[in-house]
Amino acid sequence: MVATAPALLKEMYREMLFYRRFEERVNQAYQKGKFAGFCHLHIGQEAVCVGVQQNLRPTDYVISGYRSHTQAIAKGIEAKTVIAELFGKDGGNIRGKGGSMHMFSKEKRFLGGHGIVGGQCPIAAGVGFAIRYQKTDDVIVCYLGDAATNQGQFFEAMNMAATWALPVLYIIENNRYGMGTDIRRTTSIDRLSKRALAFDMDHSEVDGMDLVKVYEHVGKIIPEMRKKPRPYLLEAMTYRYRGHSVSDPATYRTKEEVKSYQDRDPITTLGEWLKANGHSTDEELKSFDKDARAKAQACEDWADESPPALLEMAWKHVYAEDN
Amino acid sequence: MAMIQMREALGQAMIEEMERDANVFLMGEEVAQYDGAYKVSKGMLAKFGPKRVWDSPISEGGFAGLGVGAAMAGLRPIIEMMTWNFGIQAFDQIVNHAAKMCYMSAGQFKIPIVFRGPNGAAHMLGAQHSQAYEAMLTNVPGLKVISPSTPYDAKGLLKSAIRDDNPIIFLESEIMYALKGEVPDEEYLIPIGKGDVKRAGKDVTLIAWNKMLHLCMEAAEKLAEMGIDAEVIDPRTLQPLDEELIFESVRKTHRCVVVDESWSFASVAAQIADRVTRSCFDELDAPVERVHCDFVLMPYAEHLEQAVMPSVDKVIQAVKDVMYL
Repeated sequence: MVATAPALLKEMYREMLFYRRFEERVNQAYQKGKFAGFCHLHIGQEAVCVGVQQNLRPTDYVISGYRSHTQAIAKGIEAKTVIAELFGKDGGNIRGKGGSMHMFSKEKRFLGGHGIVGGQCPIAAGVGFAIRYQKTDDVIVCYLGDAATNQGQFFEAMNMAATWALPVLYIIENNRYGMGTDIRRTTSIDRLSKRALAFDMDHSEVDGMDLVKVYEHVGKIIPEMRKKPRPYLLEAMTYRYRGHSVSDPATYRTKEEVKSYQDRDPITTLGEWLKANGHSTDEELKSFDKDARAKAQACEDWADESPPALLEMAWKHVYAEDN
Repeated sequence: MAMIQMREALGQAMIEEMERDANVFLMGEEVAQYDGAYKVSKGMLAKFGPKRVWDSPISEGGFAGLGVGAAMAGLRPIIEMMTWNFGIQAFDQIVNHAAKMCYMSAGQFKIPIVFRGPNGAAHMLGAQHSQAYEAMLTNVPGLKVISPSTPYDAKGLLKSAIRDDNPIIFLESEIMYALKGEVPDEEYLIPIGKGDVKRAGKDVTLIAWNKMLHLCMEAAEKLAEMGIDAEVIDPRTLQPLDEELIFESVRKTHRCVVVDESWSFASVAAQIADRVTRSCFDELDAPVERVHCDFVLMPYAEHLEQAVMPSVDKVIQAVKDVMYL
């Protein structure tokens, strides 16, 4: 049973598709040598990003780790400025100062883009603290990877969030690997959401390869958090089709394993469902794909045209008064 | 002018700023119901209530990070470290997050936060409770580092720190909390980055901060008895450093001794010596001398601790060295 309106599903389908094409284009640009540094792609994990974001208001906050290009776009940062940031351009989201791992928007309440695994967890607790201090019913979503749950800061943050009932939705995007290490080789428990038991915190799991499930499940959690502020730990079971970063050939896993997830691809699955239920056609889905590719292309073209990061930016913003 | 203790001066600064700005709050271990491990926050819970004065769990990295997040969302946290020796648990949040956020977000997210607590050796606390961290903390762009030596400076600088839009490291000292000094009844601020001449003199410049300042003042009195007129400079802020005040003094005295209780290698004193040597090279009559804690971990026994720490005698010897006496 799918309760979500078909029109909204179609909209989310198109959004996922755009993120897929966007990240593919980013990957190609990297392979062509148009930029360097670390670059972590979100391909395969689109359903989590889109299904969660659809439940948020503009005043809600999002904070994430380093695999966050599409989460930043979902929160309202212009896609063309994300790719310009990767290219080290003045038109970049933070004017070429951050690169792939650091997207920010104060206006859109996207709080980064962080490169220290787990470091965003206590910061999210602090935003939850501020939400309660300011007496609003906003929430903050804090994305983290499976391996971040083994950082001490994660535990410290969970304890504070639970003790003080802070409205933080911690979402573990469990893509099964901390870089190249299978999470099962480094972790004593089988389900990471069980970490919440140590803090008497609400928790659950969701199939992160299924957009409808993510959207509808998170749609039940967030209104409850607004009504009665408290944290929540959600484990989304997902998978990244590419390596940890673009330079990782991912030889630590089998082709069969990758295929088993691609067979449940969130975009293909939703497309098939839309067609099977008479909400779309092959032609329409093809046209959506064409649009997504064109939009991603336009982002790259815009980034190409953007002037390089200004030299003076290297010395600005070290201190608040250097703006 | 009231004669008050350092702890009261710091407490007054926090109280006045919390009365002035509802976004300021205090969090740390034992700051609320216990009234502060060193009673710096005495009476604050009663005055402001539990919404603004928070006892934290013993999770320095966690509550430092909570402070960073609260600052990103519009609050102005004061985060108390019971000692900076515990504060290094929070170095990831202080160095990787608080210090870098403004830069990484191209100026979008300012982090107005004060991390404060005692730094350096107290008395017989052993290796894990006696380290001085100014060398590490001043080495990070994005942080400002303040280390006051008197109740007057502490109050005026802490008020400025709370109003500043940057992450501020505020280094205090357990054994100075009871130190008394005059503090005006009316409100005042001391600008960050401005040093102070604590004793005017003409023969040699002594530079020191925090409790080493008092060691130098004592040494200066003894030197006076020997006919040597020492000028004592207190930078008060270590990052940014008031270099002009230091250079001005050295150009007058032509001799310089820096006293720094941290270890000598890559220390703040080493930085000052380098800057003085380069900027006052033609004015110097002797190489800059430095007095430090010996390069050992802090021993417990009282006489061992005293033996490795800077002392009045060591300062006097350093002065004699730069005067070729």
